[in-house]
Amino acid sequence: MSTATGITLGETGLFDPTAPLTPSGNLRRRSVADRFVRVTATAAALAAVAVLIIVAYGVASRGASSLSLGFVVHNSQGLAGGGIANMLLGTLEIVAAAAVIAVPIGILTGLYLTEFAGARSRTGRILKLALDMMQGLPTIVVGLFVYGLLVIPLHKESGFAGAVALSIVMLPLMARASQEVLLLVPGSLREAADALGVNRWRTVLTVILPAAMGGLVTGAILAIARAAGETAPLLICDSLFNQTATSFNLFGGVPSIPIFILQSYDLPLASAVDRVWAAALVLMIFILIANVGARVILARSRAKMGQ
Amino acid sequence: MSARARFTLGQRGSRARVGTRARSAGKVGDRILFGLCALAGLLVVATLVDVVYQLVNNAMPAIDRFGLGFLWHTRWAPNFSVEGAGALIYGTVVSSIIAIVLATPLGIAIGLYLSMMAPRRVRAVVGPLVEMLAAVPSIIYGFWGLVVLVPFIYHLEPGLHSALGFIPLFGPASTTGISLFTAGIVLTVMILPIISALSRDLFLTVPAELKDGAEALGATRWEVIRGIVLPSTASGVGAAVVLGLGRALGEAIAVSFVIGDVTQIHASGFEPASSVAAEIAAQFESAVNPLHTAAMFYAGLVLVVISLLTSLAARTIAGRFDVGMLTRAS
Repeated sequence: MSTATGITLGETGLFDPTAPLTPSGNLRRRSVADRFVRVTATAAALAAVAVLIIVAYGVASRGASSLSLGFVVHNSQGLAGGGIANMLLGTLEIVAAAAVIAVPIGILTGLYLTEFAGARSRTGRILKLALDMMQGLPTIVVGLFVYGLLVIPLHKESGFAGAVALSIVMLPLMARASQEVLLLVPGSLREAADALGVNRWRTVLTVILPAAMGGLVTGAILAIARAAGETAPLLICDSLFNQTATSFNLFGGVPSIPIFILQSYDLPLASAVDRVWAAALVLMIFILIANVGARVILARSRAKMGQ
Repeated sequence: MSARARFTLGQRGSRARVGTRARSAGKVGDRILFGLCALAGLLVVATLVDVVYQLVNNAMPAIDRFGLGFLWHTRWAPNFSVEGAGALIYGTVVSSIIAIVLATPLGIAIGLYLSMMAPRRVRAVVGPLVEMLAAVPSIIYGFWGLVVLVPFIYHLEPGLHSALGFIPLFGPASTTGISLFTAGIVLTVMILPIISALSRDLFLTVPAELKDGAEALGATRWEVIRGIVLPSTASGVGAAVVLGLGRALGEAIAVSFVIGDVTQIHASGFEPASSVAAEIAAQFESAVNPLHTAAMFYAGLVLVVISLLTSLAARTIAGRFDVGMLTRAS
């Protein structure tokens, strides 16, 4: 009597170490199945990388021809051409405002989860569930929410409304990243501060947050990169603006790259579509750099923490 | 008695006694910090509650007028003040199912490759590249899908129809390549990195002793996967799939580029359709009357309910795995 793995069992059905090992005869079939799975899994991974390359190449090959320094530093002239400087600036303004809202609140939420709510605390579990739900909210719904919250009462679409919407997209990412990295701060640091009689708030400000800085910066960059490409909330909260003007007034319409793409991709003008591709390429390069940069910072801070 | 009380106090604060002045200042500081953190947490919960309130509040005219019938009536004719989201919900569900059916096996296979098969160096390169798929903005997926993917699907459709035409989903080829099926493919690409990164992280949590033990008994790699790795992480992988599903159900912009914006139900996936989120994205700016806007808020409310349910489901299925923790920023 033998099992699939070729272990011989004795008369009683129990494992008999003295019995000779005999092949079960289906090793060939088993190794064929194993090889099939290996090849399939490898092919799946290659396919995913291939899709990324196809997307990146599709954008780069179409956008590169219209991309130049002038495209990034000149304002748009609407249908007449021009660059995307004002829209790039607008995206930066909106995302910066969103980060100003979301990053501190996210870090404080992470602190609450790690420093004040224990592993079994009920409030901690509720907060974690709320963060999960917030992260699961469709971004278009976030846009609708801010439309009801800010745009209807103020009777005006604005960059600020867009920033609030983006901050809701960023907040759960930031909170989760903070929680993750704060948990990684060695307990010995906290105990050392306690032993010196340092108050909790001083420990947090001078020991825990500095130790977690690398991870917090990584989380912030990734959240910013995510928000920079978000289109749906801006479509609903900040899509009425002058495409040709630079705006520094967050309480009016602020132009942004995603909305520029959305408004111009179906114009019956080859030159306009070329500029849309170039704008998409700029957006993608920005997000790519942010992601790679975040990874580098994370690797460095992990090395510093000795993990 | 008093000594004991003081002892307990010391335990709770776990601090050495310092000057009273510094201590009271510290107490204030501690309280301020706690207050700020609690406020931040409260803000998160309050925002969620307000999301539901705002949507219900702004959807009221449509809720009064259409009631629950909104969910299954399929005629969406804003000009005639008739709005039913049945066809939109159908489009959302079918495109997401297409995405889940394609992305689940692919994502798990990628997770297995990255956690158990790839050499260390390959893993360090391929893992981040796969995660990068999640970083590409939805507007780029949408535009890319329209210009690159749609013509490709257009040429693919006749072949799929002749091979799989007995399934209603693979009906006669459409004339453009813009279809429910194309939306499903774009969604597949968008949720693939979520499922693969999560399942890779889950597979890495399986204790090495278990895997080594199975291999020492002569199990092949596939038998280790089937017998040890998949059963012990099944609940987490299930939650990852549900999270991917939630993302697919709520995607608006990318879908609105390739789905065709036709509010009708067709059995064939090669016909243009529309989804709840895509319809809001397509029409919100150009609403014809207040009822139309209210109907879109109602549709948004449907999306919120779906997304809250998927989040809850993911958490329930995940069991001991804290999937939110594994999600990182993807």
